[in-house]
Parts: sequence; structure tokens; C-alpha cells
Amino acid sequence: MIGEGTQSTNQRRHNYVRENVDVGFFTDPTVCIGCKACEVACKEWNEVPDDGFTWSGSSYDNTGRLGASTWRHVLFLEQDRQKGNQIVGSSGDGADPFRWVFLSDVCKHCEEAGCLEACPTGSIIRTEVGSVFVQNDVCNGCGYCVVSCPFGVIDRRPEPLADAGGAFKCTFCYDRQKSGLVPACAKVCPTESIVFGRLDDLRARAHERVRQLRENGYGDAQLYDPQETSVRGIHAFFLILGEPEAYGLPPKPEVPTIYLRSAWLSAFATMIAAILVVFATFFFFA
Amino acid sequence: MAMSDEERLDELREEAWGKGIVRGRGVDVAGGPIPRRVGYYGQPLLKPPVWTWEIPVYFFIGGIAGMAALIALVSAVFHHLDRARMSILLAAIGAIISPILLTMDLGRPRLFINMLRVFKYQSPMSVGAWVVTIFGACSIPALLAVELHARHVFAGDLDQFIKIAAGSLVFASAFWGVLLATYTGVLLGATAIPAWYLHRVLLPIHFGTAGIGSAAALLELLGYRVAPLNALGFFAAGIECALWISLEMNKHGAADRALHEAQSGWIIRGGEIFSGPLALVLRALGFVPFAAISFLIGALLSRFGWLAAGKVSACDPEAVFASQEK
Repeated sequence: MIGEGTQSTNQRRHNYVRENVDVGFFTDPTVCIGCKACEVACKEWNEVPDDGFTWSGSSYDNTGRLGASTWRHVLFLEQDRQKGNQIVGSSGDGADPFRWVFLSDVCKHCEEAGCLEACPTGSIIRTEVGSVFVQNDVCNGCGYCVVSCPFGVIDRRPEPLADAGGAFKCTFCYDRQKSGLVPACAKVCPTESIVFGRLDDLRARAHERVRQLRENGYGDAQLYDPQETSVRGIHAFFLILGEPEAYGLPPKPEVPTIYLRSAWLSAFATMIAAILVVFATFFFFA
Repeated sequence: MAMSDEERLDELREEAWGKGIVRGRGVDVAGGPIPRRVGYYGQPLLKPPVWTWEIPVYFFIGGIAGMAALIALVSAVFHHLDRARMSILLAAIGAIISPILLTMDLGRPRLFINMLRVFKYQSPMSVGAWVVTIFGACSIPALLAVELHARHVFAGDLDQFIKIAAGSLVFASAFWGVLLATYTGVLLGATAIPAWYLHRVLLPIHFGTAGIGSAAALLELLGYRVAPLNALGFFAAGIECALWISLEMNKHGAADRALHEAQSGWIIRGGEIFSGPLALVLRALGFVPFAAISFLIGALLSRFGWLAAGKVSACDPEAVFASQEK
């Protein structure tokens, strides 16, 4: 936490990998200043190639969205709503409310991960710390994880970028964590809007933060951690103001494996029907 | 507002360009320039499939090959050896082309073999990779054995052995073939894309029917104008008609509008018309080769349509929100 200095979970060394502790990110937009240091640190540490120098033309967000070469993305959300106890209107009459919310988006590292289930090569694995990791040297770029992620995070990297053809997403800085280091984005976050730590600690802390914010006038503060859907919670979860839709987050994400049962039943029924029909036509029209 | 803000801005720009000075008032912005697009600046929530033309063509060819293996088995059972030979030839050709198409579509084609380092029943892609491989390992030797037996290359006990081997291999090809022709529906149905997963029951039926109709149509075009294949053609076209009606009736509003609207919708509809009503009418009128061609065009077209619809649906945040409404 801010004020703890080098003893903060964002700064001190840890043994989470050796001790098989589930870790997570808790991202809190109420203290984010939109500096994008997390985006830069992620790119530098992981040597992620550039994702195109394009102007969105609509906000300070020129990154757009997560992708194969964008593993952290700071959203710049503009809303005509009041933020906490903010005084709005020229005379404080509440007219024309406006708020600016920054949120650093990242791979959610789902409890039930669509990409991991879908991966036919076993390239995508669950690590000791509960994160979802793509083994770049195993991935053959089939693209099935891309359509299986309910958050639209993972993508195949196009030519002519380095390592093109494989699927990429946030690694949760698995390489750093194995050496007891904190993920690059959390390490550099100047306001500790991104907090790294034990998942259970973070969840408790996040609930406390929501309570605190609500007491201070942030009536629409809530956690985005879909535990009641088939995703069963995410390891990189968020505090959001207002509805998840405005942040480009699905309100009710589902892991696609829940559709397997009905789809396979239909396929098996079709197979049996096909066999019977072909036999019947050859028998009756011989 | 009589004039949109953008139009007014354009007018002001023109005025500035022409006269070097602007006299009129600009645009009064109330409450700041709040983005009004759906979701976060209208950004896609999901990633569109990265697959290109190889995948729909693979669905088409794999469907034909798989169902041709079934027709080969049934022909052999009813002692139509000639028809069985041609059918198993189609199956084997498809079994060679299919993995080539799949490999071409990979981001890293050289690592195709990694598909076979694990088997994951919960991944239709993994199941499919194994089905294609096993189907090839059955149908290609099956073709060899059938030809050796049909041409009487060997005699006596060896020929008897080859006959048994041919029978078993054709049987195995038929089993893996029907799986090959239908699993592709599960492959699309068990994803996060709304237009696909909302129709996960229809997709395997549609792909299986398209496979069986296409295999029969191709055999007819190769000269096997026989009653059972004609009946299969009638049957497949009839089912395609029913599936088209069911797709048009079973709409999910914004959630699956990619299937009904714009270009992707028209490709699917075009495919259904060619393989459904048009093929049925042509066949009823006795224009069998035209019916067969129409069905094949429709089957190929609708596969392209479903892929196109998946791309549109993934990039449509409104579709994702609509599919997740409680």
C-alpha cells in the first residue's frame, strides 16, 4: 500500500512461485492518473513490438484495446456523471456533470480460462501462481484461443512483427515472478493503482476499498470480478465506477466450454441421423 | 439541432479556407465531448477470428470427404463396389487436402505437429486435429486396399486378407468421417462469439447436412446418377430449407444480427438459397446436375458466410452486450 515504501507488496521480493500462492492484480481507477507507465514498463520488460502509431482522434487513448502486442491498456473514459463528491457546474449546482476515469486494462487470468481450455497444443498453461501463461515456443498459431476468450484479450501477432504467427497476451511477468520480482506494470505504477499481491489479500482489500469509496460519495463504485458466471472469478480484477459496459468489459462473461455439451449432443445426433439416412436411401432406393 | 456539429464544423472550415476569417459562431458543447458510442468508444469487445479462406474451404472439403467415406461404406455393404471405389477415392483426396489447408492457416505452419502432443476433449480444435489425422490414416490405406482388391492384384489368401483389411478400413473411415463432417459445427459453436454460440445446436446439423449433400452431389457430377444419391440430394436440400427457415425464425435481435444483416448475412442467405430451395426445385424438375452444382455452391458459400458473420459479430460490442442480457 502507498506509504509502505519498499515493504509494499508492489515493491518487495516474494516467494509466491515457490510457495504456489495464487496471486493477482487489483486495479483501482480512482487513484489512476493515466500516466501509462504500466504500458511502457510492460513493453520494455517483455520486449513487445510496437502496435502501430495511430491517433484515435477521440481521446488521449491512442492505444485502443488489448491485443497481441498490447498487454496493458490504459482506458480514458469520459462520462457525463459526477465523480464522488466532486463539485460540478459553474456554481456548484450540479449542472453538466463530467468525469474522467482512467483504468489500466489487462488479461484477466480467469479462474476458468477460455483460451487455456481451447488450446489444442497445450501451449497455454496454468502456472504455480494461478496465472494463465502462453508458451511461445509451443504455440503453432491455430487461433482457437482468440475466439475462445470472453474478454477479447489474446490475439495472434501479425507479420512482420517479431515472433509473428503466435498467440500473445499478458504473461503476468512469469519470468520476473519466478525470480521473486513483482510484475513490471505494478512495480512502476506511481500511485499503486495497480496492486500486485496474494489474491485473497487483494480481494479483501478491494472490498474494503469499495466500502471506503461508497462512504465518500462514490455511490456507483463496485468490483468487477465475475465470480457468479462460469468464469468463476478473475485473478486480475478491477474496481469500476458505473457499469462494466462503458469500460468495454462484458457484463456476464462465460467460458465457452459450457456450450460444448449442447453442441456435441447436436453433432452426435447428426452423425447417427446421417448414418441411418444413408443406409435407408441405399436400402429403399436400390 | 438543425445541423449536426460535424456539418457545422465543416462549414466553418470552408469559411476559414475561403475568406481567411470566420464570422460565425462555433459549436457549443454541453457537458464536454462525451463519447456516445456503444461500450468503450465503440471498441470491439472480442477478437475476430484470425482464420482466412482456408478454413471455410476446409469445412467444405472435410465435409465432403467425411460423408463420402460413409457413402463408401454403405455402397460396399450393398455390393455397389464401383460406387464404393469412387467414394473412398473422394474421401482419401479430401483427407490429403484437409490437413494441408489447416496447416496453411496456422500462424506457424511448421509447428502443426504440436497439435498431436496432447489430446484435450474439452477443445474441439484438439479433437478436430486428431479426427483429421486418424481419418487420413484410415481412408488413405482404405483406398489402397480397396483398389488392390478391386484390381485383383493378389490372389488367394492374400486377397482375402486385403478384402478384410479394406472392409475394416472403410468402416473406420466412415466412423471418423461422420465425426469430421460434424465436429466443425462444434468448433464454431463452442466459442465466445455471439453469432456462433447462439446457434451451436444448428451448426453441426447444418455442416453435417451440407457435407452429406455435397458428397452425393459430387458423386452425381462424376457420373453416378443413381436413385439413392438422388434421394440423398432431395433429403439434404430439404433439411437445408428447414434449417434456413429455422435460422430466419430463431432470431436473437442485436446479438446475432451478423447472420441476418449486411454482407455476412447475405452470404449466409445466399448459401442457404443455393443449397436449400434452389437445389430442391432444380432436382424436382429433373435438372439433377444443376441441382448438384447449386448445392455445392451453397455449401461452400454458407461456410464462408458463417466465418464472415463471426468476424462481424466479434467486432460488434452491441451484439456481445445483447447476448449477455440477464
